[in-house]
Amino acid sequence: MSAGAQAAFRPKAWTGRLAAATVIVYALVTMVPIAWIFMTGFKTPQDSISYPPKAVFEPSLEGYVNLFTTRTRQTPEYMRSLPPPETWYDELVRSRSMVIAGPSKFGERFTNSLIIGFGSTFFSVFLGTLAAYAFSRFTVPLKDDLLFFILSTRMMPPIAVAIPIFLMYRTLGLSDTHLGMIILYTAVNVSLSVWLLKGFVDEIPREYEEAAMIDGYSRFQAFYKVVLPQMTTGIAATAIFCLIFAWNEYAFALLLTSGTAQTAPPFIPTIIGEGGLDWPAVASGTTIFLLPVLFFTILLRKQLLRGITFGAVRK
Amino acid sequence: MTTPSTLDKVADRAARATPDSVARRIGGLSDKAVAWLFIAPTITLLLAINIFPLIWTVYLSFTNYKANRSARGFQWIGTRNYERVLNDSDIWHTLQVTAHFVVWTMSIQVILGFGLAWLLNRQFKGHSFWTTLILLPMMLSPAVVGNFWTFLYQPQIGLFNYVIGFFAGIDASSFEMLGSVTLAPWAIVIVDTWMWTPYLMLICLAGLRSIPDYIYEAAEVDRASAWRQFWSITVPMVLPFLMLAVLFRAIENFKMFDLVVELTSGGPGSVTELASINLKREAFEKWRTGYSSAFAIILFVTVFGAANIYVKALNRVKQR
Repeated sequence: MSAGAQAAFRPKAWTGRLAAATVIVYALVTMVPIAWIFMTGFKTPQDSISYPPKAVFEPSLEGYVNLFTTRTRQTPEYMRSLPPPETWYDELVRSRSMVIAGPSKFGERFTNSLIIGFGSTFFSVFLGTLAAYAFSRFTVPLKDDLLFFILSTRMMPPIAVAIPIFLMYRTLGLSDTHLGMIILYTAVNVSLSVWLLKGFVDEIPREYEEAAMIDGYSRFQAFYKVVLPQMTTGIAATAIFCLIFAWNEYAFALLLTSGTAQTAPPFIPTIIGEGGLDWPAVASGTTIFLLPVLFFTILLRKQLLRGITFGAVRK
Repeated sequence: MTTPSTLDKVADRAARATPDSVARRIGGLSDKAVAWLFIAPTITLLLAINIFPLIWTVYLSFTNYKANRSARGFQWIGTRNYERVLNDSDIWHTLQVTAHFVVWTMSIQVILGFGLAWLLNRQFKGHSFWTTLILLPMMLSPAVVGNFWTFLYQPQIGLFNYVIGFFAGIDASSFEMLGSVTLAPWAIVIVDTWMWTPYLMLICLAGLRSIPDYIYEAAEVDRASAWRQFWSITVPMVLPFLMLAVLFRAIENFKMFDLVVELTSGGPGSVTELASINLKREAFEKWRTGYSSAFAIILFVTVFGAANIYVKALNRVKQR
C-alpha cells in the first residue's frame, strides 16, 4: 500500500532481498508441521515411526483405511479360511493379518462437527445481522453500554461459565445434544458477529434505505430488499469466521459431549491403534479435519483479515 | 433511484415468500419496535448462556456444592472457598506457571511478529502469498494440532527432536521436550509461538500501513536518519496496535486450555498445569464445584481487572 516506508529507508536492493528471504524462510519453517501432518497420513505405521524420520517414502492409504474402520487381529488359520478379499482396502487390512470389523466413529464425529458448525454459524449470523442493523441505524438507549456488554461476554474464560452450563444442560437434557452445542456456540459467536457486521452495515450509505422508504417501502422492506443484498460480502466473511471458531472449539465439546453429539476435535486425539497411537490414522484424520479450514483461509484471505484484526484495527 | 442496482435475487425471493399478513404486521412497526425486535434475541441469548451462568458461578462459589453428588444437598459456607483457594499452594503454583507461559509467549511473539511485519511491509514480489502461508497455523484447531505436536516432540522418531538434534549435533533421543521438567514449559511456548505469531504480525502490519507517507517524507526533509525515523515514527505509531494485540493474546493465553491439554495435560508433574487446566481438574475430575467456582471467579476478576488497567495505560499511549 504505502511506498513511503521504503522511500524513507532508501533500502538497497540487497536489504530488500534479505527481507524477502527472511520472510520466506520463516513461512517455510512454519509450514513444516502442517506438511508433516499431510505426509504422515500417507505413511505406513512402520514408516511413520522410523528413525531418522522419513521424508521420502512409498505412499500408502493404510492410515486412511485405519481411520475409517475398526479392525480385529485374527489367527493365520482363520485368515486362510476366508474367501479372497473383495476390495483393495480389505486386501490392505488382511496383509496386516487383520480383518475389518466395521466402520469407525470418525465419520459420525465429522458429521457432528458439520451439523454443529453450520447450525451455530447460521444462527449467529442471523441474530448478528439483525442486531448489527439495529445498532447501526437506530438510536437505541444505552447503545454503547449494550455493545460493550455484548463484547465483554467474549472475555469470559469458557471454563468459568462451563460449570453452570454443565449443570444447566444436565437439568434441561441438553448435554451431548446437537441443539445444546448449537445454542452454546451461537452464544459464543454472536458477539463477534454483531461487531463485525455492524462495521459492514455502517459502510452502507443510509441514503439507499431512505430513498427506498420515500418510495413507499416500510422499514422492514428497506432492510431486506435494500440493505441485506449489500451486506452479502460481510455476511459471508462473518459466517466463515463463526464457522472456523465452532469447527475448532474444544473445551466445551470436551466437557459437554461424549457420544451422540461429540465433535471431531475431542475425538481425533483418542484415535488409538494397536499398541499405542496409530499416527498415520491420527494424521489422516487431522488432514481431513484441517483441509476445509486451509481451503477457506486461502480462498477468503482478504475477508478473514478483517475478522482477525478486528478490535485492534479500526478502519 | 428507487432501488439500488445490486438488488439481490435471494432477498427478493425471501420478500415474496413472506406471507402478506406477516409482512404487513412487521412492516407497520415503528423504528423503535423494529430496533428492539432485532436486538432482543441476541441480548436474551447472551443473558441466558453468559450472564446467568456467571451469576450462578458466583452463587455456587459460596457453597460446598458437589455436582457429582447433587442429591445430597449443599450449604452456604460464606467466603470459605475463597479463603481456601487463596491459601492453596497448588493454585499459586498454577498461577506462576500461567504467568511464565503468558510472559514468554508474549515477549517472543511481539519480537517475531513485529519483525516479520516490518519485513513484509517492504512488499516484495509475492508477499501476499507468503503472508497467507504464515497465517495458516493460527486458523487451525489448537487441540487437534496440539495432539499432532506430541508426535513431532517424540524423542528419537519425532521430527522436532531430529531437526534440533541434527543442527545442535546431539542425539535426537537425548532429550524429551514433553517429558522433561525443564523443557516442557518451553515446549508449550514453542507451539503457541508457532500458532500465534501470525496474529501479532498481522496487527503490526496493519499498524505499519496506517502510517501516512507524508510523515516519513517530512522526516526526510528534516534529514532525520533512518534509525531516528524508526524510533520516533514507526515504533510510536505501531505501539497502540501492538499493545491491543498483546492484550487480546494475553487474555487468550491466560485462559489457555485446549492446546496445552493435548500437548502435556499439565505434566510432567504439574510444571505445565495452567490455571484453566487446574480449574478443569478441580471442577470436572475432583468435582469440587463450589471450590472451583470460587477459583473461576477469581480468575475472571483478575483478567477483567488487569485488562482494565492495561486499557488505561494503552489510552495514555494513544494520546501521546
